[in-house]
Amino acid sequence: MSDDKPVESAVRQKLTEALKPQYLDIINESYMHNVPKGSESHFKVVIVSSAFENVKRLQKHQLVHQAIQEELDNKIHALSIVAKTPAEWEVSQDVGKSPPCRGGAGL
Amino acid sequence: MNVLLRKCSLSTLVSQPSKSTFLRCLAQMSSKVNFDELVKDKPIVVFMKGTPKAPRCGFSNAVCQILEFHGIKSFDSYDVLSNEDIRQGVKEYTNWPTIPQVFFNGEFLGGCDIMLEMHKSGELIEELKKIGIRSALLDKA
Repeated sequence: MSDDKPVESAVRQKLTEALKPQYLDIINESYMHNVPKGSESHFKVVIVSSAFENVKRLQKHQLVHQAIQEELDNKIHALSIVAKTPAEWEVSQDVGKSPPCRGGAGL
Repeated sequence: MNVLLRKCSLSTLVSQPSKSTFLRCLAQMSSKVNFDELVKDKPIVVFMKGTPKAPRCGFSNAVCQILEFHGIKSFDSYDVLSNEDIRQGVKEYTNWPTIPQVFFNGEFLGGCDIMLEMHKSGELIEELKKIGIRSALLDKA
């Protein structure tokens, strides 16, 4: 099977398996950064899951980190996370806007 | 090394720490940098790319902007781009894979997303109060 978005696909599959999200959006924001066209280096994940019920804010993000540890260690340079419970998502679907790159990082 | 091991097991006895505390202890042992020392006794410490005056990453810049919005113009910061030991070490210390990382009174608060969430919800004003800083936003209202 050919896949021109291997990192995005892996992230989608792993988060779906680990957290059974009700809503999942994986946005490749690499184009906003100083990386080659078509890169899969900068991502934003918007995820709504019951797995986040009664979980502290830091730990919600850590659940996401753990599920995609391999990609974070080896492929992904920057990851922005919006992690909400279904009830929180009901109240606000604001996912914000990622800040513009300031060029210093490289990969 | 033995002393460090004893320290770990001693703290295990005293506070019965979670797995993450133990992992942090192990990370501390393998790291060349003593992060406890870097963050303790300081109201705000930010590990970032660049400096508050010249951030070199949008996420690090956003954290500085949020703090400035609350009237905080100066705080301790470490530029991870100029020190690879700090860059890798802080990720192990907090078990958090990305930069920036924000500490209030030695406690890890989170990265850019969490600062932004707390800013939007008003919780940041409360967290600042806990460390003895009155948010400038309270005076703007």
